[in-house]
Amino acid sequence: MPSTSYLVAVLAIVFTITFALRAVPFVVLGRLRDSMIVRRLAAWMPVGILAILAVTALRGTIATDPHGTRYALLAVAVTIAVHLAFGRRTILSVGFGTAVYVVLLNAL
Amino acid sequence: MDRRGRIAAGVRDSFSAGLGIFPLGIALGLLVLQAGLPWWLTPALSLSAFAGSLELLLVGMTASVTPLAAIALTVLVVNFRHVFYAFSFPLHLVRHPVAKAYAVYAMIDEAYAVNASLPERERSAERLLALQIACEIYWVGGGLVGVALGAVLPAPVKGLEFALCALFTVLTLDAFRSRREIPSVLLAGASVTVALVLAPGLALFAALLLFVALLLARHALTARRPAPETADA
Repeated sequence: MPSTSYLVAVLAIVFTITFALRAVPFVVLGRLRDSMIVRRLAAWMPVGILAILAVTALRGTIATDPHGTRYALLAVAVTIAVHLAFGRRTILSVGFGTAVYVVLLNAL
Repeated sequence: MDRRGRIAAGVRDSFSAGLGIFPLGIALGLLVLQAGLPWWLTPALSLSAFAGSLELLLVGMTASVTPLAAIALTVLVVNFRHVFYAFSFPLHLVRHPVAKAYAVYAMIDEAYAVNASLPERERSAERLLALQIACEIYWVGGGLVGVALGAVLPAPVKGLEFALCALFTVLTLDAFRSRREIPSVLLAGASVTVALVLAPGLALFAALLLFVALLLARHALTARRPAPETADA
């Protein structure tokens, strides 16, 4: 088992790098707030970043349980259908889609 | 909406994110015990990194006493995506310096994603911070539950991590409704496809890097047209 001093060093490194990655861009962007390129990127980025997160999270799920690929794709379709059909209630859509995947994966 | 209403809205926002975060926290707690690491590493990792995918990765690396330089490089690469969030994260809403520092520290994927799907007029500092604090409670709480369960439960329920995929899918639909950015969706789709084929081990990082490069090209190609309104970004 690793020593406590090693674990503390890991925690310090992880905190410092994670926080710096989140903080430094704000310091740089603060001066560029009114530039056209920053305004455009702010408008263009969110929907694309969300789509990329959705696809990579799906890939993570499939990589964890490769035999559940079909269930995962079905559950994504169910999530989208529930979201569009029942007034975009996020908890309902996420809960229903996740339930479909978990039940199919564990029962079949 | 008054202050109390804005905080309540933030807590409500957090519920759907919590569906993904809490089970993932449990998984982290179970994994830490299975790797033979001390239980306190679970909350300590959650508080120091506060980044789910990275922490799950670090458990195995820490258990095998990976050199600190390799750990530092992994953290840098896996979390580099947060650099891109600064462009559209509404930090300017938060005035108090301590609250501002917390909002930056707690800028996790889920908090960024839930907030990005809200229309500009519905955002506020209280709503954002309530969401972030709630997410951190779910994450640390889930980890502690996982540690407690680890002692008694032999086989946890599989597949709960799908909640994160469902959450991001739904948030993409909502963000698309408030801003019909078809070019961005197409460029993101191309980026993630190329990244999955060429760099499957670093897909998220590679896809974001490519996406930003494509947006810069798009900016260069359309530079003479006026900038879009950011009123409901």
